[in-house]
Amino acid sequence: MTAITAPAAPARWLAWGRRNKLSAAVVISMIELLVVFAWALIPAFGAGALDQDILLGATPPGTPGHLLGTDALGRDIWLLTVAGAQTAIVGPMAIALASILLGLLLGLSAAYLGGWIDWVVSRFVDITLSLPSLLLAIVAAGVIGGGYWVSVAVMIVLFAPFDIRLIRSAALARVHEPYLEAAKLLGLGRFRVMFGHLMPVIRGLVGANLFLDMAVGLVALSSLSFLGLGVSPQQADWGRQLNDARALLFINPAAAIAPGVAIVLTAIAFNLVGDWLSERSGVAEG
Amino acid sequence: MLVVLSMIVFALLYLMPGDPARSLIGARPVSPELLASIRAEYHLDDPIWEQYLRWVTGFLHGDLGTSIKTGLPVSQMIQGRAEVTLQLAVLAGLVSAAIGIPAGVIAAHRQGSALDRGINATAVAMLSAPSFALGLLSLYVFAVWLGWFPVYGLGDGGTLDLLWHLFLPVMTLAAGVLASIIKVTRIAMIREVNSDYTGFSRSRGLRESKITRAQVGNAALPIVTSTGLVLATLVSGTVLVEVTFAIGGLGSLLAEAVTFKDVPVVQAVTLLLAVAICTTTAVVDTLVIVLDPRLRRRRRRKSRNVTTLAGAEA
Repeated sequence: MTAITAPAAPARWLAWGRRNKLSAAVVISMIELLVVFAWALIPAFGAGALDQDILLGATPPGTPGHLLGTDALGRDIWLLTVAGAQTAIVGPMAIALASILLGLLLGLSAAYLGGWIDWVVSRFVDITLSLPSLLLAIVAAGVIGGGYWVSVAVMIVLFAPFDIRLIRSAALARVHEPYLEAAKLLGLGRFRVMFGHLMPVIRGLVGANLFLDMAVGLVALSSLSFLGLGVSPQQADWGRQLNDARALLFINPAAAIAPGVAIVLTAIAFNLVGDWLSERSGVAEG
Repeated sequence: MLVVLSMIVFALLYLMPGDPARSLIGARPVSPELLASIRAEYHLDDPIWEQYLRWVTGFLHGDLGTSIKTGLPVSQMIQGRAEVTLQLAVLAGLVSAAIGIPAGVIAAHRQGSALDRGINATAVAMLSAPSFALGLLSLYVFAVWLGWFPVYGLGDGGTLDLLWHLFLPVMTLAAGVLASIIKVTRIAMIREVNSDYTGFSRSRGLRESKITRAQVGNAALPIVTSTGLVLATLVSGTVLVEVTFAIGGLGSLLAEAVTFKDVPVVQAVTLLLAVAICTTTAVVDTLVIVLDPRLRRRRRRKSRNVTTLAGAEA
């Protein structure tokens, strides 16, 4: 039927969605992520979030001019939450990109080159994975100090091994395929084979893991800022907001609810989109 | 793992920007004499490996060091707090096993139904959301809005009162582990439900409850093994949950010490928590041996024991 009458645009979209196992939850997650990304990347949305009004102090939701009320410093909760998207997206994105890059570099080398490189990489991964990473992240980022980007760097070191192992094992499953042998016989260099011919076949896994990594990074970074580490006290950040809001639960519950819901929804959205991508690319879920 | 971790924890002192002696002085005014005495007291001029060995042997003998901030021995500061954290973690572990395994079994039996999807969606949500955000939201809903539970503190000492105060923290801490137990149980059980022996037992007319028991027994091994891996996150999770609910345990002590850069306390508490994690892992490993008849060939018992054990646990 669709072949005879040209389907209207919505119908075509629906068909595409059904073909790709797109569920309502995933679509909602994508919209949520688009909104949060827009908040994070366009500073105009959160402009004026840090304007204080000490005389006003904490007010409940519905205060004129402040839809969700204000915190103890008289800052608008809605604007703070919008502005907080920036630390919630940029840092996790850096963590995800860096650990995927490390994963590709070390994981592919370990799988394809083997030998002592594989041995060293595997031992490093085993040891790091056996450590309680969140605990170490809290302790190391806190003691070293140095703010947001130091925490991001600590996270990269602690979380990259997950990607290295994943990419290594995915690549190992492909290493002996004939087309790779053929590429080698054609006289292509090792790195050309690794990144030009081995990497593309695992790109579905890499894309899915980018999102899953961002979820982990968001949770870890906001945990740190919740404990008062990482971001500076004046910065807008969801974890930091939640920590401040503990004292305001009775005066302005929205101070806790807005960033809390934001973190929970964004983390779930990252996970759902990541799961969807990995299912779509045919990678079995662990 | 403990050895590597102890080295990292020890190296923290040197990772801090600046002179370790100055870090150890903290906020006190610095004089050359004080610097020299600190250097002597902490043997900072010795080779690093000697300092490390001294620290580790001290730790093994129960000398956990002295806090920079309060000047008290760390072992004294830990007293009372360790029990709180232990209660919290053990309760959370029990709750997540007690809810997670049955929920996973039910979801696997009703595979594809609304109930299964509901359980699965809840698990995904609990697995991805950070504990402190969940904790604060539940604190608002159940303690402030509905008024069912107390907002802060541990109560006045009665066991029931303590449990009532611990309810929200335990549930918050359990959420992540609970969710992964549900997921693992569901996957392991689905494999059993779709297995040949299930269909065979059913065609032989065995009672459903008996079949379920056999399935749980067979699924127990992967469940326990992967539970061991997530249980470790309970220990790190206590840090966030204790801060969220203002509970005075090891976790909140660690958070405070990290904020004040009280390095000896940070080192001691981190290492203690690491020991706790290792103990949990060891207990789970033993449990796996107990559960798997192939691994305990010496004690010859009927494999039915496995089923009853797993049943008791569920």
